Amino acid sequence: MRAKYVLSEVMVGLWRNVTMTVAMIITMAVSLTMLGASVVMYHQVGLMKKAFLSNVQVSIFLKTTVTPDQTQLLSTKIKGDSRIASVTFLDETASYNQFKLQMSGDPQLLQSITPDQVPQSFRIKLKDPSEVPQIKAGYNGLPGVDQVIDQGSVLKRVFAVLGALQGLALTLAIAQGIAALLLVANTIQVAAYSKRREVAVMKLVGASNWFIQSPFVLEAMFAGVIGALIAYGGLVSAKFFLIDGSLKALQSLLGPVHWSTINLMLPLLLVVAALVSGVTGWFTLRFYIKK
Amino acid sequence: MIQLESVTKTYPKAARPSLDNVSVAIDKGDFVFFIGPSGSGKSTIVKLLLHEVAATKGRVIVNDKDVSTLRSWRIPHFRRTIGCVFQDFRLLPTRTAYENVAFALEVIGKTQAVARRVVPEVLELVGLGGKEHRYPHELSGGEQQRVAVARAFVNRPLILLADEPTGNLDPDTSIEIMRLLDRINRTGTTIVMVTHDSNIVNQMRRRVVEIEGGKIVRDQPRGVYG
Repeated sequence: MRAKYVLSEVMVGLWRNVTMTVAMIITMAVSLTMLGASVVMYHQVGLMKKAFLSNVQVSIFLKTTVTPDQTQLLSTKIKGDSRIASVTFLDETASYNQFKLQMSGDPQLLQSITPDQVPQSFRIKLKDPSEVPQIKAGYNGLPGVDQVIDQGSVLKRVFAVLGALQGLALTLAIAQGIAALLLVANTIQVAAYSKRREVAVMKLVGASNWFIQSPFVLEAMFAGVIGALIAYGGLVSAKFFLIDGSLKALQSLLGPVHWSTINLMLPLLLVVAALVSGVTGWFTLRFYIKK
Repeated sequence: MIQLESVTKTYPKAARPSLDNVSVAIDKGDFVFFIGPSGSGKSTIVKLLLHEVAATKGRVIVNDKDVSTLRSWRIPHFRRTIGCVFQDFRLLPTRTAYENVAFALEVIGKTQAVARRVVPEVLELVGLGGKEHRYPHELSGGEQQRVAVARAFVNRPLILLADEPTGNLDPDTSIEIMRLLDRINRTGTTIVMVTHDSNIVNQMRRRVVEIEGGKIVRDQPRGVYG
């Protein structure tokens, strides 16, 4: 009976103030979509870092004037280095082939370069990617070495861009979230005002506080849950139309976004939305409905 | 039943206390009028008894409980032992007489089955048999106040507080309401009524406590308005 009463009060409350309810749900949905997107992004960037960093290579480019003795000496030193997991030597032909592959879009440049102008290199994979600086310092300046290039430094720039995007999404999520919370607080106040007579009588005859407050709090939570469902729908369609659709090319860089990651956002968004809007509603009432 | 022990109540920013060192004891089954001019502090007594406001000094004891020591979450339960009637009736305009009374039961967790049994009974008691399904705007002032009394009494409180219950009613209707309160008093319910309606006080000949400037100036067993 009490559950029935509370539920009917919730529905009446949402309907009475339907424009406000819709505004509340929309802002909440946008905010939660942003939140979900940035969490997914955080997850993806984490996966990416792991994948890339475990593969990170250091390239030691040799001078074109290097002598076979110097190359042999370096090769021995690298093979004896316990920090290095594997090494591949690209001689002139192999280097030139790779260069051709990379520059295939620029035949003019290709024609002007001959194999002996392309530097030979050692491609090194490290056991622990964090030791890149030590390796760099150890091999730079050795006889025959032109320069040591760390591919990780290129990746770091990519990660910085992704991090900035993620920060932007999170900032938007927070700004929208604050707007959503203010709307929740306002909606609850309007609802409490329109039911002030009932509330006064309830207090007078000794209805418990939770009984007075629960319809309002549930109203807020209900709107939050609907917002979370819409946000989940937004993420699903983003996966369909953007990640697997028009932005498919990005997958080679970002890696595939799995459905399991998207689906994991549903419970997360539901809990965050219900909790945050419920607590906001409850706090608003504490100030609005005094004893 | 009710005891005020050296109670002083000063509202924030007020120059002088609304109640100044007031002591009064009311026994179970008593019928007491608190009279006095506007601003004398008599409405403050109702607020103190309901614990809508807390005493600045002294103790307020209702139903053998010191209300100042009540935890805030206990207050709703405490209020279920007190019925309350006001000058402005405070009915819900969108609910019928029956629904107004049933509402008071529903919101403290009574089932509809209980309401169906108890509400017609109490509406009969206040003389509204046959008008259960009228809305407040379809009832006269006196009838509306009867609904309010029914709502206050339906939970069988130990105490009924009435704050100027006849303030909006004509003399004849007022007397009918007083008869009703008298009948409720005879069931053993303690009645505390705040009023400045001299006719009523003179006719009822019950205990009169007169307050002036926050102090008790008279406490008479079978008093008149004076």
